[in-house]
Amino acid sequence: MNPNQFAVLAHGLTKRYGEQTVVDAIELAVHSGECFGLLGPNGAGKTTTLRMLLGMTPYDGGELTVLGHPIPREAQVMRQRLGVVPQADSLDPDFTVTENLRVYASYFGLGGEMVNKRINELLLFASLEHKADATIGSLSGGMKRRLALARSLINSPDLVILDEPTTGLDPQARQLIWQRLRELLNEGRTLILTTHYMDEAQRLCDRIAIMDHGRILDTGSPNELIQRHIEPHVVEVHGAALDEWYAKAGKQLVIRAERIGETLFCYMQDDRELVNSLCDYAGLQYLSRPANIEDVFLKLTGRELRE
Amino acid sequence: MNPQASQQRLWRWYPVWKRNALVWRKLAIPALLGNIGEPLLYLVALGFGLGALVGNVHGTDYLTFIASGFICASVMNTASFEAIYSSYTRMAVQDTWTAMLYTPLEVEDILIGEVMWAATKGLLSAVAILLVALGLGAVHSWDALWILPVSLYTGVVFASMALVMTAIARSYDFFMYYFTLAMTPMFLFGGVFFPLDGMPASVQMAAQLLPLTHTVDIIRPLTTGAPVENLPLHLAVLTLYGVASYLLALRLVRKRLHR
Repeated sequence: MNPNQFAVLAHGLTKRYGEQTVVDAIELAVHSGECFGLLGPNGAGKTTTLRMLLGMTPYDGGELTVLGHPIPREAQVMRQRLGVVPQADSLDPDFTVTENLRVYASYFGLGGEMVNKRINELLLFASLEHKADATIGSLSGGMKRRLALARSLINSPDLVILDEPTTGLDPQARQLIWQRLRELLNEGRTLILTTHYMDEAQRLCDRIAIMDHGRILDTGSPNELIQRHIEPHVVEVHGAALDEWYAKAGKQLVIRAERIGETLFCYMQDDRELVNSLCDYAGLQYLSRPANIEDVFLKLTGRELRE
Repeated sequence: MNPQASQQRLWRWYPVWKRNALVWRKLAIPALLGNIGEPLLYLVALGFGLGALVGNVHGTDYLTFIASGFICASVMNTASFEAIYSSYTRMAVQDTWTAMLYTPLEVEDILIGEVMWAATKGLLSAVAILLVALGLGAVHSWDALWILPVSLYTGVVFASMALVMTAIARSYDFFMYYFTLAMTPMFLFGGVFFPLDGMPASVQMAAQLLPLTHTVDIIRPLTTGAPVENLPLHLAVLTLYGVASYLLALRLVRKRLHR
């Protein structure tokens, strides 16, 4: 096994806070050059896992290697090749956009003409060239996110870690971030991201790990996960005649059904017959769609609210 | 570690210092005016006003006496305020330190940078008061140039002490304890306004435990050209406070940020 093949290798990685085990002996193998998604409800242990990768949270058990460096022993050297887009942008409010990038470069020991050139490239990359001298307070949420992304790239990192990169952004801003992340993948960089948006994970990630209660429940490409856990078709049905339809027709056609509130989720290999039977009932609305990662996620982590 | 790497290691705090200096530069003119204007008012008011009543203190005119005391108090105040309010804001409010920890910087680089910056601001305030004192005729010896390194060193000590408070603070209100219980006693009993030998013996003894007293004992004779007595003792007390505080602050901040 060539260690350079992996950006991150974790074996039995464990973190406890007092009695509580927040990360429970997880195995992680992130390939170089892939986009790896870490999904899980609030409190699943995603952020703690990311902090351990950065060397910012000491762990209680297991082994961890990032970019070939044992963590936390060589975390300082490893971070020279790492970029981080934190959940809270943590931009420097005392500086303008350009100054933020220049000052951040200085933390890596970078300066001079090279950095000025890099800053211009990054302003273009983040579509912020018209905001070069703007203060942080005058930026929109999307612009701040893009600046945080640009800042994470100042040292041309091999690995970029993004904690909920598009949370709170409007659809246009999200699309732009996604485009940029794909460009980074095309340049051969490795991305690790956490997200609550299943469509984002499905669109961007080569592989996904679903986490809950400190454990990784399953890892695989979006299609693999869907095939492994869910029937290929989902029909969501609701309306006044739901019970009547289900008793008379639905029950025989559905492999697996789940009622959530007013809506019945029907999972099956082939949805044609079911859709036909639904057409006979005027009082029903339905949505027939292919199964997605959200279905997998809810099946694996349950539906109760996490707070 | 090879020599080049250890050289890099040694100066890794510098970008942290420079970041703070760059922010300060944006507001440098009003800051400098305050640094010069305020001591000018105090020295004229107290130096001449109280001086007319007091006359001489141990053969020194009161203006000279209080000018050297003000330098010490100002270094303490300036370095402490920076390492308390500004550092706390960077650590707990703006996440500036967290963002730094995503780079090759380590907690000790950040703390050394913060201490050096707070000490630099202390030095700037000392220079401003020294210039004002010079203009008012309250500096009588070239020895006064030694005030600059002593001020920087004092700034390092007080900044380190303040960072311990910053490390354990949960809100800005917490700092009132430090001001009331540590800085105000030093301001009043460190020998800034009057010589301590008129105090009860117990108060004199207690004052010897305060770091500011030792800074005053070094800096005061430097303005008149009198010899500095017990210099190794004064430096030892300051060093003890500085080193112990820095190591404690480092431990506490690590615990806070590397949880």
